[in-house]
Amino acid sequence: MSTETRELSIGDLPTRSQELSEDLHGEQMTINIGPSHPATHGVLRLKVELDGEVVTSCDPVVGHLHRGDEKIAENMTYNQFVPYTDRLDYLAPLANNVAYAIAVERLAGLEVPPRCQAIRVIAAELARLSSHLLGVGVYAMDTGALTVFMYTFTEREKLYTLFEELTGARLTTSYTRIGGLMRDLPEGWTGRVLKFCDQILGRIDEMDQLLSRNRIFYDRLNGIGVISREDAIAYGITGPNARASGLAMDLRKDKPYSGYEQYDFDVPVGKSGDSYDRYLVRLEEMKQSVRIVRQAIGNLPDGPYFAEEARKIFVPPKSKVMTSMEELIQNFMLVTEGPQMPAGEAYFEAENPKGALGFYVVSKGGGVPYRLKIRAPSFCNLSILPKLLKGLMVADIPVILGSLDFVLGECDR
Amino acid sequence: MSTDSPTVRRTLPPFGAELQERLAAAFDFVGVRPSSDWAALDCPQEKIIGLIELLRDDWGFDMLVDLTAIDEGVEAAPRFTVVYHLYSTERHEYLRLASAVEDPAEEPEFPTVTHLYPAADWHERECYDFFGIRFRGHPDLRRILMWDGYPYFPLRKDFPLAGREVDLPAEDVAQATGARVEPAPMMGGPFRAIPGKHMSDAEPRALDESWTEQRERPETGEGEYRGLPEPPREP
Repeated sequence: MSTETRELSIGDLPTRSQELSEDLHGEQMTINIGPSHPATHGVLRLKVELDGEVVTSCDPVVGHLHRGDEKIAENMTYNQFVPYTDRLDYLAPLANNVAYAIAVERLAGLEVPPRCQAIRVIAAELARLSSHLLGVGVYAMDTGALTVFMYTFTEREKLYTLFEELTGARLTTSYTRIGGLMRDLPEGWTGRVLKFCDQILGRIDEMDQLLSRNRIFYDRLNGIGVISREDAIAYGITGPNARASGLAMDLRKDKPYSGYEQYDFDVPVGKSGDSYDRYLVRLEEMKQSVRIVRQAIGNLPDGPYFAEEARKIFVPPKSKVMTSMEELIQNFMLVTEGPQMPAGEAYFEAENPKGALGFYVVSKGGGVPYRLKIRAPSFCNLSILPKLLKGLMVADIPVILGSLDFVLGECDR
Repeated sequence: MSTDSPTVRRTLPPFGAELQERLAAAFDFVGVRPSSDWAALDCPQEKIIGLIELLRDDWGFDMLVDLTAIDEGVEAAPRFTVVYHLYSTERHEYLRLASAVEDPAEEPEFPTVTHLYPAADWHERECYDFFGIRFRGHPDLRRILMWDGYPYFPLRKDFPLAGREVDLPAEDVAQATGARVEPAPMMGGPFRAIPGKHMSDAEPRALDESWTEQRERPETGEGEYRGLPEPPREP
């Protein structure tokens, strides 16, 4: 029996939807997606107007997870707010901790010692790995490939074990303090991280083989949800989503912080800005994170893990608190009144897994911020949704939502 | 504490300072805003849109990364300041622009930048949601994180941390149950000391008065105890 190969084309989507609407004169229908829907990755609600299966307009309703973090921040000391940053992007709490600590340190003009910076880089990059593992795994599940999800969650479990050894908690890490860290690295931890790095690369390749050339996966992603470079800039899109659109923008390279300038790594940049490019960028970023972690551990400096000279900001070692009067008073003042900051304002953005997480801290002096604005990358990345979804099919919605890889904890604050 | 504050950097890094000088020289109506990180300018409200347009088109500030406001307090005049953070994706430079909202009304107005940066759409909605600043010319100004119909602006300084009692947004549930949105209990914190007090009073306190011992306990008559039922007694 001979087989015949034929090229089937579904044609240009906007033209097709135009034809469809002319053909069928479909009745407009308003449907609700979410807030509790697996494809919305949290509690995003989409009010979608449909003409048949074609989305004619979309209104994202955010705020279901709003907790008033910015108001809460105005009522507590700088260090008390660290646990709240865990709950922003709860897929990469360590990266949020680091971003927040650096933002407040910028306000004080404080530089932390090299060892502290290196540990923060390791923590932030492991958080990126964990976030992208979930991003890719869940995305594969959204598009119908369940296996990859199992692979990534196995790896994430190993990462969580490492986080637990480092911070004492799997999810709510609260690892940084203003001017330093909660504690130094545990014994033998770097060795276990390196061992993890060795085997994760093989796993990433496996995921690559399972997904990247999978016909169904590729066809569902290719050309769907294209964000042009201009749109990415106009809508303030950052992180992997912006880089997939050909915007070579990575704050670790452009505005190095925490010693990122010492590490050798590449910034993957996409070409077409579609969902497939966003997936590829995340896959490659994981490998780059492994590179950074290896370098940071290889050249891990000795020395203190907190800024010793910042006596109005970082608490003294516990051994001294118990034996010396001055340190006891210092400890008491810092815990009750908070780290003392000069009056002024600072804005700092860190390259987080989801994009540029910014903190705008306004201080009138003292241990409590006067105003703390959190610039959430997920919030900005979602603002393009109405434009992105217009003219696409209902089945494309989960594909686009998954490819944007947002977290509502951060978006709603 | 006897030790001094840490090494506080009160000057801008060179590039930011240079940019700030050049901008201040180019636009005579702007003021230099004290800043320790990026170039920062103060601009009067009526010039801000023109300035941002020039900055976008001629100075390469093509991305609006953040837009927010600061409430300077109920008594302050002008009360609100709108703060923009612009970023140049070419030169990798931030710029902070601040502009006082001159309108003293309860819902002050301020011009929108949505026609220059689509990113401002959600930022301005959020700013309206939290501070009640109405952005003139915004295509779709409504609440974004709080629900539609919420009567207060929570990030204003006169709004209490616990919140205020309001109607439940879901009318059917409210009618069926009579439930209302109630202020949050503050017994769980945040705990913090008020600086400037004597050290013996400086113990961190929760903001809720019911946490402190000073408040009287609610009166409960005898037999009103609604805890566990008493165990049956042996006859």
